[in-house]
Amino acid sequence: MITIVMILLLGKLAWWFLDWAVFRAVWSVPSTPSPDTQACRTADAGACWALIREKYRFILFGLYPHPEQWRAALSVLIFLSLYPLSADRRLWGWKLVILWVAGLAAVFVLMYGGVMGLAYVPEDQWGGLPVTLMLATFGIALALPLAVVVALGRSSNNPTVRTMCVIYVELIRGIPLISVLFMASVMFPLFLPDGMNFSKLLRAQLGIVLFTGAYLSETIRGGLQAVPAGQSEAAHALGLGYWKTMYFVVMPQALTLVLPAIVSLCIGLFKSTSLVMIIGIFDLLNAGKRAIAEPAWQGFGAEAYFFVGAIYFAFCFSMARFGAGLEKRLRRDR
Amino acid sequence: MKYTGREAVSSIAVQMLLILAVGGLGWFLVATTLENLEFRGVSTGFSFLWRVVSMPIANSWIEFVPGLHTYARALLVGLLNTLSVSGVVIVASTIVGSVIGISRLSPNLLLSKTCGAYVEAVRNVPVLLQLVFWYQLILELPAPRSAFKLAEGIFISNRGIRYPALGDETAVVIAVSTIAVLIIAFVFAAGLQRKGRVRLGRWLSLPAFLTLAIFLPIAAIHFSGHLRTPDVPVLKGLNFRGGATLTPELSALTIGLSIYTSAFIAEIVRAGVVGVPAGQREAAMALGIGPFVTLRKVIIPQALRIVIPPLSGEYLGVIKNSSLAVAVGYPDLFAIVNSMISDTGQAVEGVTIIILAFLTMSLAISTLMNWCNRCVALVTR
Repeated sequence: MITIVMILLLGKLAWWFLDWAVFRAVWSVPSTPSPDTQACRTADAGACWALIREKYRFILFGLYPHPEQWRAALSVLIFLSLYPLSADRRLWGWKLVILWVAGLAAVFVLMYGGVMGLAYVPEDQWGGLPVTLMLATFGIALALPLAVVVALGRSSNNPTVRTMCVIYVELIRGIPLISVLFMASVMFPLFLPDGMNFSKLLRAQLGIVLFTGAYLSETIRGGLQAVPAGQSEAAHALGLGYWKTMYFVVMPQALTLVLPAIVSLCIGLFKSTSLVMIIGIFDLLNAGKRAIAEPAWQGFGAEAYFFVGAIYFAFCFSMARFGAGLEKRLRRDR
Repeated sequence: MKYTGREAVSSIAVQMLLILAVGGLGWFLVATTLENLEFRGVSTGFSFLWRVVSMPIANSWIEFVPGLHTYARALLVGLLNTLSVSGVVIVASTIVGSVIGISRLSPNLLLSKTCGAYVEAVRNVPVLLQLVFWYQLILELPAPRSAFKLAEGIFISNRGIRYPALGDETAVVIAVSTIAVLIIAFVFAAGLQRKGRVRLGRWLSLPAFLTLAIFLPIAAIHFSGHLRTPDVPVLKGLNFRGGATLTPELSALTIGLSIYTSAFIAEIVRAGVVGVPAGQREAAMALGIGPFVTLRKVIIPQALRIVIPPLSGEYLGVIKNSSLAVAVGYPDLFAIVNSMISDTGQAVEGVTIIILAFLTMSLAISTLMNWCNRCVALVTR
């Protein structure tokens, strides 16, 4: 009975979607000299994929100068090859750190230019997917050490350190990310003396790091609590000091325990980088939104958002799969 | 842990250094901020709250006239909007999420796979993207002239959702406060019953609550004289006449947030049901209890213990995510503070208001959910 209802319902939905997305879709429109979207506006036209065909470079790379966009594309490729390498357990350790430093240096050289015959591209022309990947990658890379320190501080005996860490974590976790971003974009310039200022992208990055650090530190603290007390006592008995105990004995166990939780935090971080749109940074979502602001393309928002959504989905879904695999393997190892 | 001589000294030294460092940084920030504010000619303090606002606010539960009312009242409008959106989203996403979470465990493969696909598709796409997607979709709908007719008197067009109105704003306030009083009464009675002071038996059940929750507000509105004959919207010329509207902004916000949150709640509910030992269900079946009663009396009470702590985190998330309203132009608290700051330049005060408001709301939700958790927790000695 349920099966029949479901088949009917799904069949109707699928038919309606296919009809819109494939059978009645408009795949291309004459684009010289300016795009003529009349074909998309007729009564029986479905999805206007011509928009993606016309605008995909703008959505992916934003305002990055057109002839230089291969550099932005190469940066995205570097990120895309670094991610699966980081997922490989055999590389975990110093090798991976060196790989990341080299990769990120290459990304910066490519994006900024100004050396080796590459034209200089200022930060406010960056946009699209590279910006989203940078915000997410640096967000997690810088938040992790901060979170480890805060988690240790929150479980330390020292009352001042503990109170400061508690205030930081609870304050950040109580307010929405966009208010943190808003502070970074509006309040931060007030904090600094005249003449000293950072770019908006860097300020947003700082806000994201502070925000992620608070959530991450709570996850790590959970891991610290799950490591049996005997472990650190044994290390003490062997004569190891506090830092050595933490570095060699407790932290590796705690981090392994909460690795799946860290992966799901990464997914959350990747998605929430889209919030920088609200303070006017040109990330992937904002580029998608601007792509349909042109009069010729107005009214085809669904297609652009579908495209952008598919990119976000691809990243988040593969991270989720990786996290699930990790969880299964960790459970088997124990 | 007890400190020995050297450790105590180093611990005190570390604390002194930290306090000096943080205090110094704080002093530097405050000093430069004050200097910057003075340079820009912005006076500090909250007295600007009593200044009159000229900006109009599209959605508001209480009367708001630009050029007559103050910033303080505008903030109240924003707070009420945030609370009402969050409330609606929490109720809607809990219902949808529970249904989908339980359906994912259904033996019917088609049903469970479809629900699984829904969860994966929804939770792997940013919530902001979903909000702007729904907003765009509603704006792309046909004009009122060729609006979709969902049912008699319910139209969906690019002006939002038009539905028959039963009363005015006062009626809504009366209905909401009646339901609030009812919930408090039930919670109070449940507390008394747990302590063994009273025995209410069947009066204290979900069906009784739902019946009362439907009929009491209607009765209250009727007796207060705010009940009107249903004002069914009709298409007259280029626009609708009569009825009430859910604006595109509010529709997009509630639809988007509810769908997004429902996917996470579905996962929480599924984990809760899976977490109940299989023997419980088997035992109930062996006793000859039907599947629906088993779910209601055996599975759900035990699953609630697993579900409530992560659920409260999700509800806190709804409150925080409601601030994304600013992206679709719905005047919630954050959006109003945002435009207030650009009007007056009172950035520090505005951000303080935001932090205090959200911390208070978060604290209220977590207190309420902790109380719920204590109610369902196992009593152990």
